[in-house]
This record gives sequence, C-alpha cells and structure tokens, in this order.
Amino acid sequence: MEMLQLAAQWHAEGRRVALATVIATWGSSPRPAGSQLIADADGQFAGSVSGGCIEADVIRACAETVRSGVPKLLEFGVANEQAWAVGLSCGGTVQVYVEALAETQLA
Amino acid sequence: MLDTLLAANRSGTPIALLTRLDDGAQAWVDLGQSAGEFDADDALLVQARALLRAERSESVGEGASRVFIHACVPAPKLLLIGAVHIAQPLARMAALAGYSVTLIDPRSAFAERPTFEDFRVLTQWPDEALATIAADARTALVTLTHDPKLDDPALDWALRSECFYIGALGSRKTHASRLQRLAARGFTPEQCARIHGPVGLSIGAVSPAEIAVSILAQLIESRRGASR
Repeated sequence: MEMLQLAAQWHAEGRRVALATVIATWGSSPRPAGSQLIADADGQFAGSVSGGCIEADVIRACAETVRSGVPKLLEFGVANEQAWAVGLSCGGTVQVYVEALAETQLA
Repeated sequence: MLDTLLAANRSGTPIALLTRLDDGAQAWVDLGQSAGEFDADDALLVQARALLRAERSESVGEGASRVFIHACVPAPKLLLIGAVHIAQPLARMAALAGYSVTLIDPRSAFAERPTFEDFRVLTQWPDEALATIAADARTALVTLTHDPKLDDPALDWALRSECFYIGALGSRKTHASRLQRLAARGFTPEQCARIHGPVGLSIGAVSPAEIAVSILAQLIESRRGASR
C-alpha cells in the first residue's frame, strides 16, 4: 500500500508514474509477490522488486510504459536469455508486471 | 481503481486488486463485494478472499485467464501503554516495520512530548482509551509503565481480545506479582500464558533502543513465525 500511496502523491504533484509489481517468484527471491516499485519517465524511483539486481531494468521498463501507456510483463532469472545482462544471483526467477497509472485510476 | 484501494486502506478494510495479465483489466474484491473492468467468477472470488485472509499476493490461472491477486491489507496495529523512554525507540522502529502505532498514557507530561508528535497519542486512562479501539488478530499490545494502575486494565482488555501479541515490560519478579493480580481478576494461568513477560527476545538488551529491538523481534516472530 505504501507504494500506491506514494504513486498517488506523485500523480498529485503532476508526475506521470508507472507501477512495477512482483507477480510471481520461483526458487529463492529477495522480495515476495506484491512487492512494488514506482518510477517516472525520468527514472526517479521508490520501492523495490528485488535486492537491487533487476531494478535498473525495471526502472527503464517503467519509463517506457509511462510514455507508451502499454503494460509489460517482465521475467528475470538465471535460466532466462536475459541472464547475461540482468539476472538474479540467488538463482531464483521473478515475474514483474509494469503498468502506467492512468488518469481514470487516480480519479 | 487506485482511489478505491486507497479509500479502503484509510478505512482499515482489507481489499484485493485483481489484474488480468493478458490485457491489464482490473477489478477489486473485498470480503463482501467486488467490482471492476471484468467480472471475477466465483472460483476467483474464493481464491482472492482466501489470499486476503492469509495476507498473501499470488498469480492464479493460466494463459489468457491468468490473474494477479494483490492483497492490500491495512497496517497491523501496535498499542503501547506508557509514553515512557522505551516507547520512543519502540514506536519509531515499529513504524518502520510497518505497524500503525498508538500510544496511550493519561500522564500528559509523558504523552504530550514532541518526540511522539508523529504518532497517535491518547491521553485517557488505558481502559477508557482501549474501549474506543477495535482489536483484531492483527493487533498487538505492550505495557511499558510498570504501574499496575495503568498496565493491569490494559492487560485485562488484551486478554479478552483477539490480539496476536501481548507483552508486559518488567522483571520476572514483577511479572510474577502481575500474574497474581490477573488471577485475582479471574484469569486462568492458561489465559495469562498469552502474555510475554518479561517482554522481548532474550538478547541481553540493556539500553531502551536495544530493549525495543528485542520486543519488536518477538512481535515479528509471533506474527510471521507460524508461516515459516
């Protein structure tokens, strides 16, 4: 709830915000499902979806979603083809859903 | 959708946000009703409410009907009896750990200090103050005053409630005489066994901040330990 409250506050300040939520985890992962991060188009962020391993990628995805309005489903894990770039050293896999906070949601 | 969630949170109502991952459609479900951009079927409502009670978020279903159920539950409550020195680090640490802290102390010289201005402070006698509070299985109470006039009515209230944690600051000797007084109030030894006294995990804590760590650690163990 903390991140949703902060997202509403950022929105009230006139910032466009995307919300990233851990929606599933397999194996060891630092943050459970429901953990959230918010970020704006400039890469300002708050909260976390991992121990810091995948934050940079998630923040970048948030900025894209803020601009496009299109939600994304991201997956990170050592078995993934992205592993060379961004991976979880703990060996787990996480899925992160990224959505833009639309005007209607914050009415 | 978000305004509904935030309003539920302000009023202390558990609510789940359902997001259909295929198209981003969202709906909300609380323990009584549901509404949103798609109709959650009965099976999904049952799953969402079970997760809401377990305070856990999870993705359910497959393919186009895969839905993420985000359980949004209000902060657990911590009631501190006595705006004493230990209450200062304990209230701050507990707030950091996600608890909604209320301090109760009729001695306004203690309670109405700037150090507590970030917290809800009630300056009534504990029995009067607690009568205005609804305790549930997500409520904890810790007495800190060592004064039976203040501590005992609060423990009496807590023992009759669903509180998941009851703690009482004081030595073994103090606790033994406390148990005798509670027995005189009609509580059985089994009922009184719910009270953690001396309070806190045994980590050799000496300073108020260290004692606060030991109390908060025991609180977390009581709340989360069972699900390990």
